[in-house]
Amino acid sequence: MFIKRRNFLQLGSLATASLMMPKFLKAVEIPGAVPPGNKVLVVLQFSGGNDGLNTIIPMRNDLYYKARPKLGIKKENALTLTDECGIHPALPILKSLYDEGQVGIMNSVGYPNPDRSHFRSMDIWQSASDPTQYLNTGWIGRYLDAQCNGCDKPTQAIEIDDILSLALKGDLQKGIALEDPQRLFNNSNEKFFNEITDAHAHASPPVDYLYKTLSDTLSSAAYIFKESKTHPTTQLYPATPLGKDFKTIASLIMSDINTKIYYVSLGSFDTHVNQVNQQTRLFTELNNALEAFIKDLKMNHRFEDVVLMTFSEFGRRVAQNASGGTDHGTANNMIFISGGLKQKGLLNNLPDLSDLEEGDLKYSVDFKNVYATFLNKWLAADDTKILGKKYERMNFI
Amino acid sequence: MQQIENQHLLWRAAFGPVMDNFSQFKEITPAQLYAQLKKNTLQKPIPFEIAQNMYDGLIKGIQDLGQKQQLEQNQKMQMRKQSIDGIKNLNLSWLDTMVNSTDQLREKMSFFWHGHFACRVINIYFQQELLNIIRENALGHFGDLLRAVSKSPAMLSFLNNQQNKKQHPNENFAREVMELFTMGRGNYSEEDVKEGARAFTGWGFDMQGNFQERAYFHDNGKKTFLQHTGNFTGDDILDIILEQPATALFITRKIFRFFVNDQADEEIIQSLARDFYNSHYDIQQLMDAIFESNWFYEEKNRGTKIKSPIELIVGIRRLLPMELQTPNSQLVFQRALGQVLFYPPNVSGWPGGNSWIDSSTLMVRLRLPQIMAMSDSYSIQPKNDDDVMMGMEQERPPKTLQYFQANINWDPLYRNFEPIHREEIYDMLKGFLIQTPSAMNEFTIERFTNQDSKEKYLKSLMVQLMSTPEYQLC
Repeated sequence: MFIKRRNFLQLGSLATASLMMPKFLKAVEIPGAVPPGNKVLVVLQFSGGNDGLNTIIPMRNDLYYKARPKLGIKKENALTLTDECGIHPALPILKSLYDEGQVGIMNSVGYPNPDRSHFRSMDIWQSASDPTQYLNTGWIGRYLDAQCNGCDKPTQAIEIDDILSLALKGDLQKGIALEDPQRLFNNSNEKFFNEITDAHAHASPPVDYLYKTLSDTLSSAAYIFKESKTHPTTQLYPATPLGKDFKTIASLIMSDINTKIYYVSLGSFDTHVNQVNQQTRLFTELNNALEAFIKDLKMNHRFEDVVLMTFSEFGRRVAQNASGGTDHGTANNMIFISGGLKQKGLLNNLPDLSDLEEGDLKYSVDFKNVYATFLNKWLAADDTKILGKKYERMNFI
Repeated sequence: MQQIENQHLLWRAAFGPVMDNFSQFKEITPAQLYAQLKKNTLQKPIPFEIAQNMYDGLIKGIQDLGQKQQLEQNQKMQMRKQSIDGIKNLNLSWLDTMVNSTDQLREKMSFFWHGHFACRVINIYFQQELLNIIRENALGHFGDLLRAVSKSPAMLSFLNNQQNKKQHPNENFAREVMELFTMGRGNYSEEDVKEGARAFTGWGFDMQGNFQERAYFHDNGKKTFLQHTGNFTGDDILDIILEQPATALFITRKIFRFFVNDQADEEIIQSLARDFYNSHYDIQQLMDAIFESNWFYEEKNRGTKIKSPIELIVGIRRLLPMELQTPNSQLVFQRALGQVLFYPPNVSGWPGGNSWIDSSTLMVRLRLPQIMAMSDSYSIQPKNDDDVMMGMEQERPPKTLQYFQANINWDPLYRNFEPIHREEIYDMLKGFLIQTPSAMNEFTIERFTNQDSKEKYLKSLMVQLMSTPEYQLC
């Protein structure tokens, strides 16, 4: 069960091979060092409950302006997507990508009996559980369990953070959380840890489990760090936290690393008060980071193989509150960005503001259908096994 | 042998040994040690009173829940902030109690019930009251504990029973009481959930946080619940639930897995559960049956459990008596390791076992002794908790190095190892700190110790031994 350290050294073999390749051969490879077809999913979590109605704005709907006399974004300020709707003025990059056919918008995504607690609802989204069910694993974690059982590269899913989210925890496999490949490497690459790992021989199962995790961490940290340096990006990224996160992701996407899923969060979108400033600030950070990221992907011919998906634990109530904000709501939109979408634009109808449930949007798409689609069609995984049930797949990829 | 069994008992029935136990363990049997732990439970626990002015506070708490619309947004936030700060203080005070109390069995048992009756409400008054209920009843009768918890404003509000009314039943409370607090899945039907929820209609609390059966919300009709039919109230439902042997079995299994072994031994559990049921759910008696048994001390049950983050932090503090300069660091450690007191992930509590471990938590665990014993720096920035912040946080603060600062009293270590010869120290200290029979490589560990003096050697050896995967187990 326990894998000895020397076996882990093989981890880097792919990378080593490419490093040792004669320079002239390598030069031929670039651009597009990675063979096309290596599909990657980037999950962007809007933490705190993003206000979907002020993201994709139903700018011809009187009910929208009636419910939000102060907070509604005026038609002339929204960036027009279709006759019916526009996008938040702080997101011009999404508008131009939309016009190029590289954005898909899924409206009214949610789940039955929605929970209004951030934590619980995030739990439901991350674990892909039924609202009455408590799962200790996440949907990406179970993807790792299914995909990576016994595999020697536990780097298939990476979260850009100090702490690993439930979404990336499986029963047997877990993703890796890192804020920065260099820092993870420096933190883990301590002589003491390396030597006790080397010295460890077989012991009881829980001890072996801990040593295996330690040994995986040490080798993965080295592997990720090495890969992150193989194709340093020349693209300029904004000096914001998200800009830095996207730069890290891009440097790994351009490398030979086997990572299929990247997970990153932005927040807090919990705009009970003073929503305009808060959401605009976060969207500006998103817009600028995204602009650099997409440019980078396009330049390196990777945009067809990468999808970025956004989600939030819930949307917000249709009506504004008395404090210049909105309170916790239910269904929300998800945005997909890629050069490889099969369907683009609005993927379904805008939410029906005349048919509300106690002032909240009704969901029409279960978010697990979206997960099933990505798992099956993008990551070629057994979605039924991972989600515990067969969900109808969609056709946008 | 006796020593490792004593340590085993203290890691499971308490929060681990203190340094002075090292010299005492040779002269005392596990039975005597347990008798001592039991004796210390006789004094009544001192309730926590972190929240000032309970009466005023409770009113605020109720308003927070029920009359939100009437309050200005910033007032609401102000109250919420007060609660968040209060819960932080309660967290740190309870940690101190776990470290210092002689009534270790009670605190450990309360820690178990804290995870069992998992409750996540941001109201310091409710949380404090629930904790006090749990600590008072931790070793009493499970029926009393269940009833008191079920009637606490904390649980009633967390599980939405305030909204469970005759006209609009809310099944959440009834469902979780059955699924997570008593019988477990498979022992009741969806129909039982519905009928049980009807019986709980009207259960709520008043402005002072007193439990109330609000007659005007209660459904007086006939209900059929687990083959019984009658005009049941919530109390009747709890009685029927307690009549089910499934309840004794479910609780016993959970206690076994928490205190003995993640791998359930069904034969032992069945027998314990029968006695537990026949004793009318006497918790103390159940714990006696476990800690006074022979099987509890068998090698297969020792050193097999991954310490929860709280057990790890408290265990280190018990071994290394320290005066904390930066107590709030402990909150960051809890977040980074995945267990913050009063913030369980959901109503099913912390899953425990291997789920504590991923690459990030393991690295923090292995560094924690170094950080705590050597006042080292760390840079961990947990994600915001939106339920806590309620949109108050404006921007991510810049990442900076933080320092843990504490004055550590190393004297107990030096004192207890005074008579020990240099060449025996490694084995003795390892035997004291490590519960799992691991072939840890002495030479590797030794190479990272400071050999300049006996004291430096003891200090560094202790920190190195605690910075190993083996130390994560108890």
